Amino acid sequence: MDTKVNLAGVELKNPVMTASGTFGSGEEYSEFVDLSRLGAVVTKGVANVPWPGNPVPRIAETKSGMMNAIGLQNPGIDVFCRRDIPFLKQFDTKIIVNVCGKTMEDYCEVVERLGEEEVDMLEINISCPNVKEGGIAFGQNPKAVEEITAEVKKRAKQPVIMKLSPNVTDITETAKAAEAGGADVLSLINTLTGMKIDIHRRAFALANKTGGLSGPAVKPVAVRMVYQVANAVKLPVIGMGGIETAEDAIEFLLAGASAVSVGTANFYNPSATVQVAEGIEDYLERYGFEHVSDLTGLVK
Amino acid sequence: MSKYKGQAAVIFQEQIATDIYSLWIEVPCMASEAKPGQFLSLYTQDGSKLLPRPISICEIDKLQGRLRLVYRVTGKETGTELFSRLESGDTLEVMGPLGNGFPLENPGRAFLIGGGIGVPPMLELAKQLPGAKQIIAGYRDELFLTEDLERYGELYVATEDGSAGTRGNVLDAVREHGLAADVIYACGPAPMLRALKAYAEEYGIVCYISLEEKMACGIGACLACVCRSKETDSHSNVHNKRVCKDGPVFLSTEVEI
Repeated sequence: MDTKVNLAGVELKNPVMTASGTFGSGEEYSEFVDLSRLGAVVTKGVANVPWPGNPVPRIAETKSGMMNAIGLQNPGIDVFCRRDIPFLKQFDTKIIVNVCGKTMEDYCEVVERLGEEEVDMLEINISCPNVKEGGIAFGQNPKAVEEITAEVKKRAKQPVIMKLSPNVTDITETAKAAEAGGADVLSLINTLTGMKIDIHRRAFALANKTGGLSGPAVKPVAVRMVYQVANAVKLPVIGMGGIETAEDAIEFLLAGASAVSVGTANFYNPSATVQVAEGIEDYLERYGFEHVSDLTGLVK
Repeated sequence: MSKYKGQAAVIFQEQIATDIYSLWIEVPCMASEAKPGQFLSLYTQDGSKLLPRPISICEIDKLQGRLRLVYRVTGKETGTELFSRLESGDTLEVMGPLGNGFPLENPGRAFLIGGGIGVPPMLELAKQLPGAKQIIAGYRDELFLTEDLERYGELYVATEDGSAGTRGNVLDAVREHGLAADVIYACGPAPMLRALKAYAEEYGIVCYISLEEKMACGIGACLACVCRSKETDSHSNVHNKRVCKDGPVFLSTEVEI
């Protein structure tokens, strides 16, 4: 049985990775899972300088989901390179660094800096709904997506994944724009913008008023968007959005994803990633598939 | 430090006041590690409620491998209401023990101050802390755990409606009885902790406060439950300590509340 997948020339031992922002840089989860069992660890977004993030409360639970407005709190690229990359290098897994920024220059600075580091891929976060500048401001406009993809690609030493926002009318437009800009891989979906009101306090549940909805509640939207994008572009797609079991992950593969990320499930099941990886192997064996890549886009 | 995630056996549960429940669970590997001031993540069996509920440890029985959790039911159809239906023989999914807990070196006379649902962690602390202990428990109206608490120190009570003890808050009780201390250990609502932080600064005494914030992962990864810290935090290099991992207990001087 072959669980390996190839993303833009980078070979992952299996298609299971972590969704940015749900796994830190892996340290907190290494008590629960062997990181070497994962195809890749995708780190929490890192910017050129430390970001303090949003005021609390930053999260609120909703039915079968949760909303967050963390606001990309991160220690900045210097601490990240000094501490988090060496930590992850101890494990036999690929390192994918999620990059965030407020301006084009911010993104480019981080991308250039990472060119000197032993990381395998870069994921560019142009879809965070919780920061005022940057983030989603780039991700909702196809022209801006193409432009930032091209600028990042000019400077990147590693393959570039563009992470797309679902908060658009037609996600194939931003997907095609990223492809036109030279992206190597696409990942989707980031969170869906939502709102929750506490009727007893008569106030927003989140200090940021709005937040990004994630968890099982968003999975059907995510599967639909992965299917649309996989059929609209030639690039490999990393699918995510509400995956908590291998069955969920396999839906994404069948819809057209080459790999999958486990996100919110890490918060309530720290072992979710490894359980998904094991469950995919069981599925391949049960149905007699030799390669996990045979599942990709099987349902047309 | 090792964290356990798995099933705990429910030994006994009873309601001890309006909406306040006392739950004993058996989970030896956690009981042997747990410290006062730490908390557990409790998981509901309702798949639509994704996130664990952080609940503080009220008592630790290492001999029998048991933990006591005293918590408030926060409303109909909430996770805590589901926990309140657990009966002996049931199981409950838990993770922990989580967080740092209170330091146990008592430099002299101590105030152990709990407000509302912040009272429960003071019980195990009172059992384990050496030296002279003055326990001040503040309630809106209805008392709970007072009989347990008075076994381990001098107990003073404050109620907002004056139905028992001092009318007012915990500091009103301190003043009414002319109490003094060299160190404060406290858990309770933010306004109470803010007042104690100011009191400790005024009298130049050490004050440990246990904070509460909305949490997702409970292990320091998601960065939801941060509090503003005076110094740059070691994790994110800003001024945001993580309540779940760096806390929940902080020196009052190291956080802004």
